[in-house]
Amino acid sequence: MPDSTFLDATELVLNMGPQHPSTHGVLRVILKLDGEKVIGAECVIGYLHRGVEKIAENRTYQMFAPYVDRMDYVAAVSNGLGYCLAVEKLLDVEAPPKAQAVRVILTEFNRIASHLLWLGTHALDIGAITPVFYTFREREEILNIFEKYCGARLTTHAFRIGGLQYEIYEDFERDVKRVCDLLLPKFDEYEELLTENRIWKARLVNVGILRAEDCKAYGVTGPLLRAAGVKWDLRKAQPYSGYEKYDFEIPTRENGDTYDRYIVRMQEMRQSVRIIRQAVEGIPEGPIMAKVPKVMKPPVGEVYVSIEAPKGELGYYVVSDGSTQPYRVRVRPPSFVNLQALDKMARGALVADVVAIIGTIDIVLGEVDR
Amino acid sequence: MAEEDKGQQKAAAGGHGAAKGPAPPPPMAATPWESELTRQLQDRFGEQILEFASYRGQEFLVARPEAVVGILQFLRDEAGFDYLVDITAVDYPDRAERFDLVYIVYSFSRNQRIRIKTRIAEGYQPGTATGVYPGANWLEREVFDMFGIEFAGHPDMRRILLPEDWEGHPLRKDYSIIRQDERWVKENLGIESGQ
Repeated sequence: MPDSTFLDATELVLNMGPQHPSTHGVLRVILKLDGEKVIGAECVIGYLHRGVEKIAENRTYQMFAPYVDRMDYVAAVSNGLGYCLAVEKLLDVEAPPKAQAVRVILTEFNRIASHLLWLGTHALDIGAITPVFYTFREREEILNIFEKYCGARLTTHAFRIGGLQYEIYEDFERDVKRVCDLLLPKFDEYEELLTENRIWKARLVNVGILRAEDCKAYGVTGPLLRAAGVKWDLRKAQPYSGYEKYDFEIPTRENGDTYDRYIVRMQEMRQSVRIIRQAVEGIPEGPIMAKVPKVMKPPVGEVYVSIEAPKGELGYYVVSDGSTQPYRVRVRPPSFVNLQALDKMARGALVADVVAIIGTIDIVLGEVDR
Repeated sequence: MAEEDKGQQKAAAGGHGAAKGPAPPPPMAATPWESELTRQLQDRFGEQILEFASYRGQEFLVARPEAVVGILQFLRDEAGFDYLVDITAVDYPDRAERFDLVYIVYSFSRNQRIRIKTRIAEGYQPGTATGVYPGANWLEREVFDMFGIEFAGHPDMRRILLPEDWEGHPLRKDYSIIRQDERWVKENLGIESGQ
């Protein structure tokens, strides 16, 4: 057959998503391929854009609080904590010690819940069906605590500006301790299934490597940064909500590949249990709400407050013009910024690896698109 | 975050233009910020930097727009601010220089976060920071998408969250919350209005 019958087809463009189960929502990736090798990956996002930042400018400070839960909806408690801390900073108030302890417990539980959901779906992407049933089973226990505490399981709106709305319920401490005791052996169980599993390692080791200098260049934070060997966690670097009182480690790895991120997240869940156990031991007595005015009018000014969300640095830049509504709320979403490094990680990988790489970034499109 | 300024109403820094109405709230009670870093920046950039200030223990500087990329380069290369946290903007439609452009940078070695602010007029094209921090790419695209600020020299200056042929920039203050691109909605969704 003459060569001329073939188009110059060394480059192939493949569309992935937005309706694709492994893109974890509505992410569209346009892959440029050479054979099965990826030579470029362009993300098309915005399918879930709801204009959260615009809504903020048209609501009072308190009224906007439930909206932040809808960004990273698998870690709503973290979103709420970041927003409350930002407005509290603007008002120059601090939540009372009891509220801080409860906030830490629920936020760390949420980190575990977020990591469990990530682990189950990531394993499912790779082809391991079993873990997702296990991780959802354990996540349920955590969501039950949220439900008993504030009535909601996913978009919890658990915290209020200035502290908490609800006192902890009667058996809160007992439930928390029970779930902590239950979780640790389960983590070992997942690791038995996966950590030394030959297929798991073959699919993850040396896939989607992102070195520390690239992480910094792209602003990538969270488990991705720590898997690349940077021992940095905002809970330690710039503690908030009383994290300085608790004893815990920042797990890191060296290689910065998909497997290392898995190990880092597994260890982080154990550290979270460690923090929760310390926090629940001595929940201080006292008020759960700081003195905040009913009509909130922070003085003219601006603050940027960020927390270590399960996915990385989650920041709120809030500008007040002295009225009851924020003049501007900017959300610095970890998923959005981390996703930008997908192209860097995917280059040179195979199409099947792209699925693993998208999974390992741990994006939530609600937060990417806001 | 140690020393918080409890002194109220003490306006040390220039405010954001006079607000209308009977009793405008007092302007931001920022205090001057002085340190080794501000001295270095002052020596290097002189009058290009208009103000060093701190509010609620958070430090920021206000610079002329044409100096910003140079300042970022200096901060990254000579002061260790190796992580660009965020780029965003704030719209003040009544002001001659309509937008505040805000860069947030962090240094892992210093464990310090600062903001670089600049004021730009409608139509002014600030230089891109992608040459200093590759991560600025999407952040600048979002600012363009939401505010219509184009960055000169950006490798891929397109909308990022909204459809590419959408009209208008929603985070501008003159863009009402219920407004939308009627034509786009009609053509692409086949409905008269999304409301």
